[in-house]
Amino acid sequence: MNKPLTRPNTYRSGPDAAGKFGGFGGRYVAETLMPLILEVEQAYNAAKADPTFDAEWRRLLTHYVGRPSPLWYAERVTEHLRAEAAPGMGAKVYFKRDELNHTGAHKINAVLGQILLAKRMGKKRIIAETGAGQHGVATATACALFNLPCTVFMGATDVARQQPNVFRMKLLGAEVVAVESGAATLKDAMNEALRHWVANVEDTYYCIGTVAGPHPYPVMVRDFQSVIGSETRAQMMEAEGRLPDVLVAAIGGGSNAMGLFHPFLDDADVRMLGVEAGGHGVDTVTGHAASLTGGRPGVLHGNRTYLLQDEHGQILEGHSISAGLDYPGVGPEHAWLHELGRVEYVNATDDEALAAFQLCSRLEGIIPALEPAHALAHVIKVAPTLPESTLIVMNMCGRGDKDIFTVARLLGEEF
Amino acid sequence: MSATATETRPVAATGSRIAARFAKLRAEGRGALIPFLEAYDPDRATSMEILRGMPGAGADLIEIGVPFTDPMADGPIIQLAGQRGLKAGATLGGTLEMVREFRAGDSETPVILMGYLNPILSYGAERFVADAASAGVDGLIVVDMPPEEAEVLAPHAQAAGLDIIRLVAPTTDAARLKVVLNASSGFVYYVAITGITGTRSADPAALEAAIPRIRAHTDLPICIGFGVRTPEQAGHAARVSDGAVVASALIETMSRTLDSEGRATPGTAQAMLDQVRALAAAVRAPR
Repeated sequence: MNKPLTRPNTYRSGPDAAGKFGGFGGRYVAETLMPLILEVEQAYNAAKADPTFDAEWRRLLTHYVGRPSPLWYAERVTEHLRAEAAPGMGAKVYFKRDELNHTGAHKINAVLGQILLAKRMGKKRIIAETGAGQHGVATATACALFNLPCTVFMGATDVARQQPNVFRMKLLGAEVVAVESGAATLKDAMNEALRHWVANVEDTYYCIGTVAGPHPYPVMVRDFQSVIGSETRAQMMEAEGRLPDVLVAAIGGGSNAMGLFHPFLDDADVRMLGVEAGGHGVDTVTGHAASLTGGRPGVLHGNRTYLLQDEHGQILEGHSISAGLDYPGVGPEHAWLHELGRVEYVNATDDEALAAFQLCSRLEGIIPALEPAHALAHVIKVAPTLPESTLIVMNMCGRGDKDIFTVARLLGEEF
Repeated sequence: MSATATETRPVAATGSRIAARFAKLRAEGRGALIPFLEAYDPDRATSMEILRGMPGAGADLIEIGVPFTDPMADGPIIQLAGQRGLKAGATLGGTLEMVREFRAGDSETPVILMGYLNPILSYGAERFVADAASAGVDGLIVVDMPPEEAEVLAPHAQAAGLDIIRLVAPTTDAARLKVVLNASSGFVYYVAITGITGTRSADPAALEAAIPRIRAHTDLPICIGFGVRTPEQAGHAARVSDGAVVASALIETMSRTLDSEGRATPGTAQAMLDQVRALAAAVRAPR
């Protein structure tokens, strides 16, 4: 999916044949699933080599999704942050506007790629898991377009707090299964989707929403989402005549961040910041979802990566104001980049994200999703400390329509 | 167990309790009953009572589930059992301690731990197999560790004399079967259904076709699990293979005796052991 590499590249060469990024990734699944996982990998490799597959995906991105998404110079945010900064300080902030995609987030990029793959594989139905509902809506949308039955697994807690997206999925013809186990959030939805897949391997394709899960999902979702970074590269060259200095993106599983970062990984001068959900603070035991900051390596959902877990290896529930960020793991490539130090992983709390959410709405007329509000919260911290000549690109990976009810409740509004 | 297979198949030469037990069963001309319990479900004492009572009730080998928060291949019955176990304080170390206590009174019945990789990695793979072997564990089933990812555990297990028992599924094709069987020891666990535990019953005709297909490629005993619920099904599974694993049906029986808060009542352990007895009678019935 990416343009050919123009120079030798270490960071972009992964994963290896076993699906490993360093020691992370892999295929830790039950034997029943192994043949299917291998089949998906084989089909994906064949699709990647087929120009008609790429052409069809790009046709959909252009005419159905609305790509390329614009690169927006956030002038008022920039001015606002400069007003607080020392003379000569205050970076220039751009938004990569993936919230303008059809269905309101970056998720549709990888969903369309995967649905095309499922069709190539002759699969008759699609399942997906969803947290905030953006991936579920994107999958339901693509299934409507391609006339495929769609079942979306969603934690019952998330069903309750993301009603608008649940309704959207139903309108689009998908069946939404409320998962009651565990804390009834994204982690449990993923467990249930995997269980369902085990029982329906013959005719079912599992459309994973992020750069996690067993190989080849992390690499496949990354490749599809890399369209974000590739466009950013070209657009920044056009706007400023050079590459950006800093990239900032929110991290749940990490698909939007990986999509933005990956095409720049070998540009040593481009600094990258992944912003995890700090929740009530990363020093709380189960009050955050910052798996790279507050977790340690382990195995869950088919891959080895950083996980929130207790001393006995039991998985802890993450917390975030954003249902899309409260996953207790992170994509394995992020775990690898974290250990290499290529990407800096920081975090923003619920309160900081909420403040950024309001600031962005008022200054730019853009209501962001709570996920990129975390990224913006970090931009607010870091931009004033950087020289005016610094170019920051923040991935506005989703719009906030789905979150207005959550935010209204937190702000004491009732309707 | 087919007569020809009995004559040509050697006992696995590990000298382990598992090999010894299958040799004994072969001499008796019958297959094994392998009942399952989840450690600490619904509490440590009851779980220990069930474990201790199983050999007397007719268990030939015992499979102990190690509770994990995210049991990917298990259905609701075992998932809930794991949650009760965790609530009761189950840990991997605590599960090994249960086996150690069991061994004080039983030095022959093979014990197999079934669980997921993360608690083992958290404990430390090398330390875990050493402690497991010294506690009296004989074999391991690690659900989310296919042969491709076994490097982290298998060499240590081999060094400690623990068998890695592998699952073969209906989806496992001929090419893959070789990979899986090459990485197996102790016995081969045939997953009778495409699905999670405790959700549907195995189809007898499908089993009669599947087992010889595996038998042609291995000398290891083959046992059938997933979808084996009734004495009749267990009897059939133990006849077409070398053993029947029964898990969800037993846990279901046990869980029906719990009070509204999930706590054991006086009849809890007995209910499960009575069902083991009924299953054992079916497995021992003349062919």
